[in-house]
Amino acid sequence: MKCSRRSFLKKGLGSAIAASLPLSSFKFLSPAEARAAVGDPAVRWGFLINTYKCTGCGFCVKACKKENKVPYDLPVTRTWVERYVVTRDGEAHIDSPAGGRDGYTDPKIEGKEIAAEEITKAFFVPKLCNQCQNPACVQVCPVGATFQTEDGVVLVDRTWCIGCGYCIMACPYGVRFFHPVYKVAEKCTFCYHRITKGMKSACVQACPFGARQIGDLKDPDDPVTRAILTQRVAVLKDEYGTKPQVFYIGLDENVR
Amino acid sequence: MKNHVLRPLFAAMALVALILTARALMVPSDFGVHGKSFTYNFYRAGAVSDWKNFPVSYKGGGSCVECHDENAESLAASRHQIIQCENCHGPARNHPEDPETLTINRSRDLCLRCHADLPYPGSLRSELPAIDPGEHNPGEACVECHNPHNPNLEDME
Amino acid sequence: MLDQLATNGHLIAHGMDWTIKEGFVYPNEFIYWSIQIVLYPYMTGLVAGAFVLSSLYHVFGQQDLKDMARFSLVFSLALLPVAMMPLLMHLQQPLRGIEVLFTPHFTSAISAFGIIFTTYSIIVLSEIWFVYRTYFVEQARALKGKSGVANTFMRGLYTVLSLGAWDLGEAAVAKDKKAIKILAGIGIPVACFLHGYAGFIFGSVKANALWMSPLMPVIFIMSAVVSGIALCMLTYIVIMEWKKFTTTLAKGRGDDSVKLIKGAEIDVISKTSRYLIGFLIAAITLELLDLIFRGYTAMKSWDILRSVMYGKDFINIFVLQYGFGNLIPFILLILPRLTIRRTALALVLVLFGVFMMRWNVVIGGQAFSLSFAGYMHYVMPIIPHNIETFKEGLGGALLVGITPFVLFWLINKVTPSLRFNN
Repeated sequence: MKCSRRSFLKKGLGSAIAASLPLSSFKFLSPAEARAAVGDPAVRWGFLINTYKCTGCGFCVKACKKENKVPYDLPVTRTWVERYVVTRDGEAHIDSPAGGRDGYTDPKIEGKEIAAEEITKAFFVPKLCNQCQNPACVQVCPVGATFQTEDGVVLVDRTWCIGCGYCIMACPYGVRFFHPVYKVAEKCTFCYHRITKGMKSACVQACPFGARQIGDLKDPDDPVTRAILTQRVAVLKDEYGTKPQVFYIGLDENVR
Repeated sequence: MKNHVLRPLFAAMALVALILTARALMVPSDFGVHGKSFTYNFYRAGAVSDWKNFPVSYKGGGSCVECHDENAESLAASRHQIIQCENCHGPARNHPEDPETLTINRSRDLCLRCHADLPYPGSLRSELPAIDPGEHNPGEACVECHNPHNPNLEDME
Repeated sequence: MLDQLATNGHLIAHGMDWTIKEGFVYPNEFIYWSIQIVLYPYMTGLVAGAFVLSSLYHVFGQQDLKDMARFSLVFSLALLPVAMMPLLMHLQQPLRGIEVLFTPHFTSAISAFGIIFTTYSIIVLSEIWFVYRTYFVEQARALKGKSGVANTFMRGLYTVLSLGAWDLGEAAVAKDKKAIKILAGIGIPVACFLHGYAGFIFGSVKANALWMSPLMPVIFIMSAVVSGIALCMLTYIVIMEWKKFTTTLAKGRGDDSVKLIKGAEIDVISKTSRYLIGFLIAAITLELLDLIFRGYTAMKSWDILRSVMYGKDFINIFVLQYGFGNLIPFILLILPRLTIRRTALALVLVLFGVFMMRWNVVIGGQAFSLSFAGYMHYVMPIIPHNIETFKEGLGGALLVGITPFVLFWLINKVTPSLRFNN
C-alpha cells in the first residue's frame, strides 16, 4: 500500500509538472521562423562614422528623435553630435548643446569666444550606441529586459524593464537614459525596425554627407565592412573590453 | 510534535512554492535564452518583433519621387540633391493619407545648420559655402532670396 | 540651453530636476542614482550589522552581548523591509520589481538581491521564531479564557505564530536553542553576502572610475557592521535611558532598580563598543588603502577623481566622512572612563560617517562625467513638486529613515525584545 502510494505520488507529481509547462515550449519553429523571431545570425550590424565628413548640421539627431519618438524638447537623445575645437595652447574645447539637435551655428563654445586664428583643428563626432559585442549594460540587467539580438543589436524590452537604471550606470558611453514617457531604459536600436526592412537607420538616411553608414559586418563585400577592413579605424574607449561595433575614421585623442 | 524544528522550513517552502506558481503564471512563455549566452541572450523573444513593428516615420526620398517627380528632377541637378527631402519637409509618415500635407521648415535656422560659417580646419564644415549670420541679412529668411531646390547663386533672380 | 529645453512641455527627463551640469557632460548623463540609492546600502548595512551583532552572542557565545543579542535580532527584522524600500522607491516601474524573482538574470549583481534577500529574511524570521516560540506558546496559553476583542485577537495571533508547535518540554526547548545557533551561524555569511554583494553592485561597474574596485564589497561589509552595531547601541541607549527615566519617576532617584538599570547599561555599552572599534579600524584601513592605491597607480581617471576628491567633495569626504565620522568618534571611544553620553555622541557621529561614506560613493561616483571632462552636482529636492522629487528627495529619505522605528515599535508589541530576565 505504502509503495503504491509513493509511486502514485511520483506519477502525479510528474504529470503535474508536465502540465504546468506552457504548451508553446513544445512548439517547433522552422529555421526561418526562429530567425524572424530573434534576429538573423548570418548578419552582424555595424556602423562606420567618418568624422572628416561630419559638418555638425545635426539632421541626424533631429531625424532620430522624430523617427524614434524621443521627446524632442528634452535633453535626452539616442544619438548626439559633439564638437571638438583644439586651440594653439593644446586645449580642447568640447560641447554638445541639446545634443547637437539644432546643428552648430554659433562659433562660441560654452559662451566662450574662440578666435579663428587660434584654432588648429576642429571637428564633429557623432555618437550613438556602440552595439557592443560584450555589452556591459546587458550583463548587469537584473531581469533580462535588455539583450543582444542574433544580428548584434542591443534592445530593451519595454514591457519588462523595471527601471532600476543599472544599465545606464554600466554603459561607459552614456548612451542610455530613461524614456520620459515609457519610464524604462531607452537607447539607440540602430533603427531596428528600419534595418530589418532593408532601410537605412534614420540618422544614416538624414546625413547629407555620408558621414554615417550602417552595414553588415559579416559580409566582406559590404561597403562598411570593406572600409573597416581597408582603412585605419578606431573605436571609442576600448579599454573597457566591450568591443564596440561602431567604428570611427579620423578619431582624435581628444575625443571622449 | 517531534519535528517542530522543521516548521519554519515548511513555511519557507510554502513561500517558495507560492513564488514559483506566480512565476509560472506571470512570465511570458517565450522568455528564455535565445542564442549562445545566458549573459547576453536571456530575454522575451517577442521583444524583438515588438521593435521590428515600430512604425517607420522617415520614408526616404525614394518614396517622394513616386509623386513629386518634378521637384525631384530640379533637385537632382542641384548641389542640394544630397539632402533628404524629409530633412526640410518633415517625416512623411503615412503621407498623403496621414498627414495630408507636410509642414515645410522654411526657417533661417535650418539653413544655418550647414551654412553658418565655422572656421574649422580639417572638417568638411569649413568647405561648405558659408555666411556670418550676424552680418548677412540678419533675421531674414534665406528662402526669400535663395531657392533651396536650386541653390546655385548664378541662377538667382 | 538646458533650461530652455526643460521648460518646454510637461515632460521631464529623469534626473533633470536635481542635476546641475558643469563642463562637458554627455547629454544623457544625469544623477540617475540619488538619495534612495545612498540609503539602500546604508539600510542594508544596518540590517547586516544588527544581525551580525546578535549572532556574535548566539554562535560565538559572547556572553557580554546577551542582552544586546535579542534586541538587535528583532531590530534587524524591523530593518529588513526597509532595506528593500529605497530600491523599490527608486525603480521607474516599482510594480515590476517582483520580476527580479521571476526572471533573475544572474550575471547582474542586482538579480541576486531577490534570492539572497528572501533567504536572509527566512533565516531571520526562523531564528526569531525559535527565540520566541516559548513566549508565543506561553502567551497563547495565558490568554486562554480571557475575554475581550484584543485578547482574542492576540491569542489568535500567538496561536498562528506558534505554528502549532506547543511542546515546551526540556528536549523541545533544547532543540530550539540548537536551531538558533545553527541559523545564526548560517546567518552570518548570508548577512555578509547580502551586504558584500551590495558593495559588488557598485564595485563591478567598470564604467565608473570611482566605484570599480575589488575592495568595494569588503569595505561595504566592514562599514555595514560598524553602522549596524552603532545603531543597535544607540537605540539601546535611548531605550534604556527612557526606562531609567520612567523608573526614576515612579520610584525616585535613589532606588536600587535605577542603579541596576544604569549598571547594566554601561556594562553592555562598554563591551559592545569594543567590537565597534575593531570593525571601525578595519573599515578605515580598507578605505584608506583604496584611496592610496588609486592615487599611486594614477590611471586615466585619476585626474578627474582627484579633482572631485580633493576639490569639489573635499568637505564631504575628508571633513565630514573621515573627520567627523571616523576620527572623532574613534578618539571619543578609546579615551578612558567611557560615559553613556560620550558613547552616544560617538555613535551618532559613526552613523553619520557611514552615511557620508555611502553618499560619497553613490553621489560622488556620479559627480564626474563619463567624458572625464565635466562634473555633475546633485541638488537634493527639499520641497517636492512632483512624485519624482518626493521620492528622490528629502521626503523619500525621511520616509525610509522613520519606517524601521515604526516597524520596531509594532514588532515589539508581539515579540518584546527589551525585557530583562536577570
